[in-house]
Amino acid sequence: MPRVPIGRAAVEKKGWFRANRWLLLRRTSQLLIIALFLIGPLAFVEWSDDAEEKIWLIKGSLASNVVLDTVPLSDPFIYLQTLLSGQAFEQTVLIGALIVTLFYLLVGGRVYCSWVCPMNIVTDSAGWLRRKLGLKKKCELSPNLRFWVLGLVMVMALVAGNLLWELVNPVTLLQRGLLYGMGAGWMVVAALFLYDLLWSRNGWCGHLCPMGAFYSLLGRLSLVRVRAVDREACNDCMDCFVVCPEPQVIRPALKGEDGVSPLIDESLCTNCGRCIDICGPEVFRFGGRFNK
Amino acid sequence: MSNKKRLDRREFITRSGKMVGGLALLGGAISGYGKQAASMPAYAIRPPGALPEEDFLGACIRCGICVKDCPYDILHLAQWQEEVALGTPYFIARDIPCEMCEKIYCVRNCPTGALDRLMENIEKSRMGVAVLVDQETCLNMLGLRCDICYRVCPVLDKAITLERFHNPRTKSHTLFVPTVHSDSCTGCGKCEYACPLPIAAIKVLPESLAKGQAGEHYRLGWKEKEKRGGALVTPDIEHQYNLPEGFQYDLLGEGLIAPQKQGGQ
Repeated sequence: MPRVPIGRAAVEKKGWFRANRWLLLRRTSQLLIIALFLIGPLAFVEWSDDAEEKIWLIKGSLASNVVLDTVPLSDPFIYLQTLLSGQAFEQTVLIGALIVTLFYLLVGGRVYCSWVCPMNIVTDSAGWLRRKLGLKKKCELSPNLRFWVLGLVMVMALVAGNLLWELVNPVTLLQRGLLYGMGAGWMVVAALFLYDLLWSRNGWCGHLCPMGAFYSLLGRLSLVRVRAVDREACNDCMDCFVVCPEPQVIRPALKGEDGVSPLIDESLCTNCGRCIDICGPEVFRFGGRFNK
Repeated sequence: MSNKKRLDRREFITRSGKMVGGLALLGGAISGYGKQAASMPAYAIRPPGALPEEDFLGACIRCGICVKDCPYDILHLAQWQEEVALGTPYFIARDIPCEMCEKIYCVRNCPTGALDRLMENIEKSRMGVAVLVDQETCLNMLGLRCDICYRVCPVLDKAITLERFHNPRTKSHTLFVPTVHSDSCTGCGKCEYACPLPIAAIKVLPESLAKGQAGEHYRLGWKEKEKRGGALVTPDIEHQYNLPEGFQYDLLGEGLIAPQKQGGQ
């Protein structure tokens, strides 16, 4: 247990707002994205007395959508499964998936996890409650297990010719549920919350979720990264390790010997910026891959 | 990396075994469930232009654009614990049938082609086939003139016709039997929705349940004859009756015909 409550040092030094800045921005981004989908049709265009066309700001869900009825955006993780399941190339979804892929190649694949995916709010809440209740981790799965699950998902699509993972994927279930109605899906989300709370710290997002694994592969060479620019100032309070959803990514950059880059060059890093928030001595900062 | 410590062989094998076992369990459970989820319940109908179910489940990306595009809010994405594959669009005709709008909005923006975007004519869609499943409760079959399914059908007088038969109960009335013609029925479900019975006597079923198939070698004599423009075999010699002079015999009609008396009565 840390001697001082987590984040106390940062709040005292920087004030509450700056000690939570990236967290607030992330929550805003996550909720705003859901809200944009929920803003109904912006305009009605009468075509005939039969029905009218509705113009949407963004229509669909995170799996696939169309912006202003022109630009398609599609989830490359699900799209890859449809390809493996033997579906012919379709231009719209291909373009949509390419745009999304390009975006995450630049900003970091797991930005999807921490800035977009609403499941992150659920698992972060479980993690927060876990810390407040002082629950110790009981079962520790390998953080690499998710890559095996990702492999399994792709093999299942290939063998079954059917998007089998989408029948159980709790992430798209939540995303879709928020937009189209959850039904009994709340039970799945609640089960994941309890799993993360009682069983394994960051058990879902940090160990099992194949979508996170997929997006982390996309983010291997991303331009935006967290850097431990001022690592000499680190006072070993360990707050960043406690709040980080992927604590194993911090050490090399933070504790690196002279000559080891202070760049957190691990694709599993979600670029959530919580370490920047929580650090009293202000060790971390967002930066470019090629920054000095 | 903290976990870069060397593993001994025993630990490596145990860990790999756990991983493989866990994944096999997960994969087995999901693929078993997947088989079940792939069998659509008969009451659920896919939007127009949907690929055959097997391909549809591989192509549909579960985005819901079709749901948002339908001007009548007919489509619904399957939720957890529903019998239809999670996140895929469908409707239930008895709750709300397809309006068969000419623009076919639901297929226009499908990103993956799970719904046929190029579909031009909604009357070409085959969402299912209506079947008069209960001939015991159908009001028309009881001799009444309900005719509602016939009247509401958007492919009027083609997909459903009223075929006339003798009413054997009253012996002097006609039964107007609602008869579905699968070559015109789109499966929109308007008939099922409108059936006034507490439980519809006419229902839209998937084609696989609704249709039989004739043997490939079957030839319907009367059709072959029409095609050829004449009899395929030498016509039978007309039967010669041995009758009193002037009498005739009509086998399928009047029977024995007496000769007409000369000069009126």
